[in-house]
Amino acid sequence: MSREGWINIALILSLLAVPLWAQVADEPFLITLSTRVAIFALAGVGLNLALGLGGLVSLGHAAFFGIGGYAMGILASHAQSYAPILEVPLLIEGTKSMPVIWLTALLVSGLVALAIGALSLRTTGVYFIMITLAFGQMLYYFSISWPAYGGEDGLPIYTRNNFPGLNTLDPIQFFLISYVILCIALVFISLLTKSSFGLALNAARQSVRRVETVGISTYRVRLTAFVLSGMMTGLSGALFADLNRFVSPSMFSWQTSGEIMIFVILGGTARLFGPVAGAALFIVLEHLLGGISDYWLIFLGLLLLAVVLFARGGLIGLLAGSPSRSG
Amino acid sequence: MRAAALLVYSPEVRQEVADSILATEGVCKRFGALLASDNVTLDLHEGEIHALIGPNGAGKSTLIEQIAGAIKPDKGKIYFRGHNVTKLNTAERARLGLARTFQISALALEDSVLQNVILGGLGAQGRPYRFFKPVLASSALRETAEAALERVGLAQLARTRAGELSHGQKRQLEVAVALTLKPKAFLMDEPMAGLGSSGSARLTTFLSELRHEAPILLIEHDMDAVFALADRISVLVYGKVIATGSVDEVRILPEVRRAYLGDDAWDC
Ligand SMILES: Nc1ncnc2c1ncn2[C@@H]1O[C@H](COP(=O)(O)OP(=O)(O)OP(=O)(O)O)[C@@H](O)[C@H]1O
Ligand SMILES: [Mg+2]
Repeated sequence: MSREGWINIALILSLLAVPLWAQVADEPFLITLSTRVAIFALAGVGLNLALGLGGLVSLGHAAFFGIGGYAMGILASHAQSYAPILEVPLLIEGTKSMPVIWLTALLVSGLVALAIGALSLRTTGVYFIMITLAFGQMLYYFSISWPAYGGEDGLPIYTRNNFPGLNTLDPIQFFLISYVILCIALVFISLLTKSSFGLALNAARQSVRRVETVGISTYRVRLTAFVLSGMMTGLSGALFADLNRFVSPSMFSWQTSGEIMIFVILGGTARLFGPVAGAALFIVLEHLLGGISDYWLIFLGLLLLAVVLFARGGLIGLLAGSPSRSG
Repeated sequence: MRAAALLVYSPEVRQEVADSILATEGVCKRFGALLASDNVTLDLHEGEIHALIGPNGAGKSTLIEQIAGAIKPDKGKIYFRGHNVTKLNTAERARLGLARTFQISALALEDSVLQNVILGGLGAQGRPYRFFKPVLASSALRETAEAALERVGLAQLARTRAGELSHGQKRQLEVAVALTLKPKAFLMDEPMAGLGSSGSARLTTFLSELRHEAPILLIEHDMDAVFALADRISVLVYGKVIATGSVDEVRILPEVRRAYLGDDAWDC
């Protein structure tokens, strides 16, 4: 196996080992931190598909993160108040079932990604960045001004949602749920990277003309990637809301988009485990430095600068060197 | 004048245009004050190599771009296999069987040579929307790709990164990708450039055979190759086709003699 392969295994095992140890040592806060890492990593894995593999610099992925969050919030709040979401033309009731919430989050964020992508992928470069940002901000202001679900104050959910056979209020069990979903997403991306679709998407990033010339529409390939990417980030939003038992418009904010992008860049753009490494580093730094000084973001800024200037491959690149090629 | 006599597009020849596999009809393209295509009408017959020659900046590549669908003409129509393809985009024309190689190569430079060629096979197959199966494990795609690399003489370099190839090898790689499309016509923009004499001799032999698989519209500055290969030659100057004819008819034109046969250069 390549060096990067070993590093990836070490990473994913550490992410499992830390909360397991915390469980034994009775350190529930560490479990929560690890859960945040897993969920943020999932958001980053989603963005990395668009950004890393597809070269689509989306500054609006908070839109999907927020939609996942509100999918959870809306379904769960209706379930806890026993008021159906819709009665006419058909009865739609709230739910506290995680699988149903996840499917809803995936579906809705996929549809929104389809709409946003269909418009924004007609542009490239700076315009693409600005349009995705604008869509994110639109949803942000919409969530603030929509009073039905808490508006500016956000929406608390009193108990965590249910997963058949598990006690989701037990931190380690909720961690394991998030961890398994992250692993599934990573397996999916690792397969996708080597697949026909991965080859086309990867080539479209390098030369649009090359891909068009062989009869493949780069627009459609990118749109597909954008939708899959939005769905994964949407799912992570639903998990994040469940972790906090709280949804608020800040999930839609451009700072959130920026943070997801920071996970990817810190960890290593286009590297399979980049978002995992990046999210872990981010959370560790936030925890360590955030405790010492309120200005920890300055340190983060410096670190980011260093990565962009000297270590394009991010943390993974630093540890594993240049990516190995297959084929 | 001889050049005028060679302007063959009288009404009765229009019928022939309709029968040919690829044709442009009155194509015009303006870049600001510059007329890059001035009412260009030409066609490509089954089994032939039609060479397009002319000085730098004459508008040869611009014409190819319009035929391939990368640039929209201001005026005029483009027909391919009996369809009016003027409104189709590049990918749609490629799916109809129009393959091209670029003057400035367009390749996925971070990918291996093999991956670049496999991409062609993927395009030819139709939909690249398979997410789980490793593409390199597809023996059909691999075999087509390896056969195409073999034909252009790049088989040894299959695992090399495309960005590490020389200019000439990149051209050959573009030809290999074009081959995997099993196209109905080729557009080639200076495939010999950067090849060196043995390389271009090789490619000349290869293209000479290839025309029987699918006809080639060939832009080339290497006059030895053009005269050896072309069934017909069109001469483009300032965006205008000033002559179309056989090698023997075209090589005696004063403009061509001046440009290519040692008289003073064409550039203005
Ligand atoms: N996109 C564009 N915008 C403006 N001008 C252009 C554009 N593309 C080409 N031109 C101009 O149109 C003219 C024709 O260019 P073209 O590349 O078609 O020439 P060519 O015959 O292929 O030349 P060469 O032999 O050097 O490849 C040139 O003067 C070029 O500068
Ligand atoms: Mg040119």
